[in-house]
Amino acid sequence: MNVIDVQGLTRSFGARKVVDGVSLVVEKGEIAGFLGPNGSGKTTCIRMLCGLLTPDAGSGRVLGHDICSQQGAIRRQIGYMTQRFSFYEDLSIAENLNFVAGLYGLPPGAVRDTLADLGLTSRRGQLAGSLSGGWKQRLALAACIMHQPQLLLLDEPTAGVDPKARREFWDEIHALSARGLTVLVSTHYMDEAERCHRINYIAYGRLAARGSVAQVIEDAGLVTYTVTSARPGLIASRLSGAPGVEQIAPFGATLHVTGTDRAALEGTLRAAGVEFRPTQTSLEDVFIRLMEQSEDNMA
Amino acid sequence: MTLLSLSRLRALLVKEMIQMRRDRVTFAMMLAVPLMQLLLFGYAINNDPKHLSAALVAPTQDRFTRAMVSALELTGYYQFRHPAATAAEAEALIARGDVSFVVTVPSDFGRRVQRGEDPQILIEADATDPSVASGAISTLGTVAADALSRELGATSGAAPPVDIVVHRRYNPEGLTQYNIVPGLMGVILQMILVMMTSMALTREIERGTMENLLAMPATPAEIMLGKVMPYMAVGAVQVAVVLVAARGLFGVPFVGSFWLLGAGIFVFVLALVILGYLISTAARTQMQAMQLTFFVFLPSIMLSGFMFPFRGMPLWARMLGEVLPLTHFLRLIRGVMLKGAGYADVARPLAALSLFVLIFGALALLRFRRTLD
Repeated sequence: MNVIDVQGLTRSFGARKVVDGVSLVVEKGEIAGFLGPNGSGKTTCIRMLCGLLTPDAGSGRVLGHDICSQQGAIRRQIGYMTQRFSFYEDLSIAENLNFVAGLYGLPPGAVRDTLADLGLTSRRGQLAGSLSGGWKQRLALAACIMHQPQLLLLDEPTAGVDPKARREFWDEIHALSARGLTVLVSTHYMDEAERCHRINYIAYGRLAARGSVAQVIEDAGLVTYTVTSARPGLIASRLSGAPGVEQIAPFGATLHVTGTDRAALEGTLRAAGVEFRPTQTSLEDVFIRLMEQSEDNMA
Repeated sequence: MTLLSLSRLRALLVKEMIQMRRDRVTFAMMLAVPLMQLLLFGYAINNDPKHLSAALVAPTQDRFTRAMVSALELTGYYQFRHPAATAAEAEALIARGDVSFVVTVPSDFGRRVQRGEDPQILIEADATDPSVASGAISTLGTVAADALSRELGATSGAAPPVDIVVHRRYNPEGLTQYNIVPGLMGVILQMILVMMTSMALTREIERGTMENLLAMPATPAEIMLGKVMPYMAVGAVQVAVVLVAARGLFGVPFVGSFWLLGAGIFVFVLALVILGYLISTAARTQMQAMQLTFFVFLPSIMLSGFMFPFRGMPLWARMLGEVLPLTHFLRLIRGVMLKGAGYADVARPLAALSLFVLIFGALALLRFRRTLD
């Protein structure tokens, strides 16, 4: 049985269709990445999955419970970490954890263990509001998994967190996954996407791609060349809009030029008289391409 | 930099106006509150109330008695809703607050008038609100004399002076504090408790903690009780302070049952905190919650009988007053503290307050969204 198995989720706010027919399958123990640009409907999707929003259309099950009628049962078995820190800043670390433990009916030892795991036992009395971004994130994660959920929904958990804390956070996610926890994590960091077992890319409310990172890149059918030049800015403006050129992304002194038509792209680059060599298409190139395609679909 | 640039000022004004227009509730309040004040002050409030209900205790209904009664009604102050009460019934009526006056015409009244032997009538006024009774009492002397001389006119010459005995019940000295201080308890409780609880949910929404709270397993009833119960404790402290002050500073008598008053306060406080919670399910921001609180508070002060005599208001205003918890609480606390009213006397306000608890509670639970829809 899949942990998440929903079809055709649709949700509008006013006249705006924020999520449009998204189907999502997440297998047990998987770390599923949920990617997409800002405003693409990731948060709305996650809220529908955990019963905080009712879908206008679509159906499905989370942990075997119907998302439209059994939200209560879903809530008890999932951990949901909101995008914005949503614990009480005017409560101390221990008080926040005690509150959560009380709501889930956990034994008193749970808070003590969680504090020890976090390494926060000595700082337990500190107000949550005075913690740094990284620590807030760790506290929120710890509070979300204290009741040992079977599914963890993380909505952009690493926004505004430094690289070291992010690394540690992902190590923790993988450790949890190894213990059998299923994780759906939304992000728009490419390096984080590559840490997922499988990614789901959503753009303008629609699911645009799905699969492992390698699969998604391959399915996109893009070719990419690295162009080396002393004046990358000038080359970029000259190549822009030329036949076969679909994306140009500067990387320091080099440019990544991407397109779908290998012959046309090579022709253009040769004609420009620049030094170029084939390179691996990055996930970012694929996502930008997917985003532009979806934009075309919208128009 | 000039001190006052018109283009900068214009930019500020435009921005301010747009924000004002976007905040619908504030905009509505700016229009509704002055209108409400105007209507309430203008039409509803009357410091010289007329047509006050009265009970008549008159064992013999002779023509002199009838003349007295019709003369009293003609003053416009008295309206005999209970024209043939026994002394015991009349006592219950005034204790419950159903009538403001009990007029007792003794059985020998007619005989004494004819014999010229100092006829007496007794007027008992409910003086818990001294201002209600004052107008009605001040006109009595001349009214009585005129009525009797008209009635006697055919038979003999001058009427004997009627000895009108006035009892200001429950507040013989006509002290305003007796009326105001117990009322203040209701007003203070309403002001603080509704305001505090009206922010219960909006605070969670504004701080972004609502989403997390909703994602965790707590039922709407649990959330509501969790939100309002702490404020019941706050209410208890306020009650103690006001009661001690009423006794110690203002010398307000406390003749009734402490436990009955306690029960009444409990139900009233419960109604208030749940009303506040209901407001918090409707308001989007703490500012809106404050405004809605004020919107309920204003008529509560004006129309409950706290500031102005309830009976002096026109029917529509009294009906509005009936849907405010404070109105019923004032009847209860004044009844119990000043008149020593028993359970039977305050059963109606007590029932009304309980009804408010049920209605507000049901509405709040219905309005509460278990989702972010």
